[in-house]
Amino acid sequence: MVSSTIGIWNYWIVFLLMMIGLFLVIGRKNFLKKIVGLTIFQTSVFLLYITFGKIKGGTPPILNNAIDTVYSNPLPHVLILTAIVVGVATTALGLSLVLRINSEYGSIEEDEISAQDLVDYHDQVETSKKIDTKFIQ
Amino acid sequence: MISELIINAFLVTVMLAIGIALLRTRTLIFTVVLTSAYSLVAALMFITLDAVDVAFTEASVGAGISTILFLAAMAYLPKEEEENINSQILPALTCILLGGILIWCSYDLPEIGLLSSPVHQHIVPDYILGSREDIGIPNIVTSVLASYRGYDTFGETIVVFTAGVAVLVLLKNNTQTSKQKNKNSKRKVS
Repeated sequence: MVSSTIGIWNYWIVFLLMMIGLFLVIGRKNFLKKIVGLTIFQTSVFLLYITFGKIKGGTPPILNNAIDTVYSNPLPHVLILTAIVVGVATTALGLSLVLRINSEYGSIEEDEISAQDLVDYHDQVETSKKIDTKFIQ
Repeated sequence: MISELIINAFLVTVMLAIGIALLRTRTLIFTVVLTSAYSLVAALMFITLDAVDVAFTEASVGAGISTILFLAAMAYLPKEEEENINSQILPALTCILLGGILIWCSYDLPEIGLLSSPVHQHIVPDYILGSREDIGIPNIVTSVLASYRGYDTFGETIVVFTAGVAVLVLLKNNTQTSKQKNKNSKRKVS
C-alpha cells in the first residue's frame, strides 16, 4: 500500500502543480502572474514526462561498457529538451507583449484595461453620433 | 530503490509548497524569485529521475535565462499585483474539478519505474542499440536529438527564430508609439 502510494505520489503532486499553474492563468488578472502560471504549468508537464521515462535501478542514458546496464528512457528527455527551449521563447514573447500593453494602457491588470477599452468605445460612439448629427443638420 | 522514490516524493512536495507560496504572494518580485526556485528544484528532480541533460538545460535556461527575462521586464512594470475585485470561485472550481479528474485517472497510470510500462517498449530499445552501433555517440540523448529526431530540433530552431523576430518587432513598435503619443499630446496642448 505504502509503496504503491509512493509509486503514484509524483503523479498526484504533478497534477496539483498543473492545477496551480492553470489557476494562476485563468484566475488572476495580472498579466505577469499569468505568464508565471504558464511557466509553472510547463515545468509540471516536463516533470510528468520525465517521470514516465524513469526505470527503477536505471542509469542516465549514457552508454558504458558494462553488460547488464539498464538505461532510463532517453526519448522523453529529448522531447523535454526541445520543450524547455521553446518554453523560454514563448515566455520572452509573452513578456514583450506585456511590456507593449503596459506602454499603451499604463497598466497590466486585465480589469483596468477592459475598463479603459470600454471608455474608449463610448467616446468613439459619442463622436460618431456628433458627426451624424452634423450631417443631418 | 525505495530511497530514490522517497527523495523524489520529498522534492516534488517542496515544489508543491513553492506553488502554494506563489498563489499567496502579491509582490511580483517574490513571484519571479519563487519561479526561479521552482525551476531549480525541478532541475534537482530531473537529476534523481536520471535525466541529466534535461536537468542541465532546466538549470541554465529555465532557472537562469527566464529569470533574467522576467527581471528585465519587471524594470518597466508595476511592482505590486492589485487585489482582485471579482470572485475567483469559478476558476477555482474549474481547477479543482479538473485536478480531481486527473488524480482519479492517475490510478490507471503505470507505477513509477516499472520496466514493463508501455513507454519503454516501442522504439526506445532500437535507439539505445543504434546509438552504439550506427551513430557511435555515447550520449543517447544527443544521438536521438541530433540524428533520429533531427527535424524536431530544426523545427525548434525555427520557433526560437520566429519568437526572437516577434520580440524585436514588438519592442521596436513600443518606442515608436510612445514617441507618437508624445507628439499627439504636445499637439493637443498647443
